[in-house]
Amino acid sequence: MQWDWSAVADFMPRFWDGVLLTLQALVLGSLIAFALGLVWALAQRSSLKIVSWPVTVVTEFIRNTPLLVQLFFLYFVLPEWNVTFSALVTGVIGLGLHYSTYTAEVYRAGIDGVPVGQWEACTALSLPRTRTWQSVILPQAIRRVVPALGNYVIAMLKDSPMIATIGALEMLGQARQFSAETFQPTEPITVIGIAFILIAYPASLLMRALERRLVH
Amino acid sequence: MSTDSSTSKETKNPTVDGSELIEFKDVTKRFGSNVVLDNLCFDVSSGKHVTLIGPSGSGKTTILRLLMTLVKPEEGTIKVAGEYLTHETKNGKLVPAGEKHSREVRKNIGMVFQQFNLFPNMKVLRNITEAPVHVLGLSGDEAEQRARELLELVGLTEHIDKYPSQLSGGQQQRVAIARALAMRPQVLLLDEVTSALDPELVAGVLDVLRDIAHTTDITMLCVTHEMNFARDISDDVLMFDAGRVIESGPPEKIFSDPEHERTREFLSAVL
Repeated sequence: MQWDWSAVADFMPRFWDGVLLTLQALVLGSLIAFALGLVWALAQRSSLKIVSWPVTVVTEFIRNTPLLVQLFFLYFVLPEWNVTFSALVTGVIGLGLHYSTYTAEVYRAGIDGVPVGQWEACTALSLPRTRTWQSVILPQAIRRVVPALGNYVIAMLKDSPMIATIGALEMLGQARQFSAETFQPTEPITVIGIAFILIAYPASLLMRALERRLVH
Repeated sequence: MSTDSSTSKETKNPTVDGSELIEFKDVTKRFGSNVVLDNLCFDVSSGKHVTLIGPSGSGKTTILRLLMTLVKPEEGTIKVAGEYLTHETKNGKLVPAGEKHSREVRKNIGMVFQQFNLFPNMKVLRNITEAPVHVLGLSGDEAEQRARELLELVGLTEHIDKYPSQLSGGQQQRVAIARALAMRPQVLLLDEVTSALDPELVAGVLDVLRDIAHTTDITMLCVTHEMNFARDISDDVLMFDAGRVIESGPPEKIFSDPEHERTREFLSAVL
């Protein structure tokens, strides 16, 4: 086996396209997962059974079925009902939705971890419900779950190649297409492997720095 | 409800019948099969300082928690400033109170907790201004002005921009006292406020409370194991045992000449 630097050079333009798509999917997917997870977590705590029960069923269902199946469902089955999205949008929704069911659990643990005395202090001050959540409970809950949320961003990065299967050519998709055309798999696959480390490691350092800043 | 201020003036005179600020009537509280309060009746007149003493598990703290609606009674009624706290009247019938009604009545009551329960994500200033701004509708400036006055009262002016974690336990508890007072409650509930403090920090907190007791007309309901403090500030002492008031009276009487055998045993154990 020969390492061919010219193959690396040839792969570069497509590689950068792939990096861009991976980062787009990661950032947008994370935003959806963070926001939607919080919505799930709050809805599951609702005293209205008609709210909490369906949310529990849906999130359990999503969490316990494979991401790949969900991506295929979104991309190949939804068009049967005339709902069509581009591959990237489908990938972002799929990643975000799937991971929102994990972040929901993270938020739930964070909220449960806020000492009961904080709730009692809010009652003693007659703070309204929304104010209690907004200024006391959630700031404390989210602060303590930032590290766990960060871990899911990195997990999502590592799951992002799955969106290549529906045609969103992120890094792995570009590498496979390149190697299929040139019969040179070694260089592109190696390059993207290194690229994953180069994205994931600084991301985890960033998370750790954030964690230090947030913990007083 | 609009008669709050007029009733509170009336209740300054404890001889006016039926105008007690706090009224417990036949209140029973159980946790499972454990009866914590047993058909309890007692009143507190406006401006009085009442201390609840007794062995742990005798139901003292539960009384404060009932008043803060942190727990609900199984039977009986509680009135604050003439309004039902635990119940409200709907179509002429007395029904368990909704959250909105409880919140309204509760605005008359402030509470200081054993574990301080300051908001760790807010600086001292915002701990104190949060509720006046968002509950009473004060402007930021008015609330800050009020907070500064209270911090001066509790001797912590220079710590206004610190987070609770940067303060000692005694300082945190004094901030918590300021936070409760910022709502200008008629009633202040003190739940073993020095029990979590290192011994050398207790005096500072008690001095602040003595000051408040002697210079304001706020009504205090106090659960404490600090018997000297109880003697200093109380108009009345209630001795609890097994969910009942077994003896009550002015502190001179209870502490020097208790009638009940159980009170004598308790006092000799703690004094």
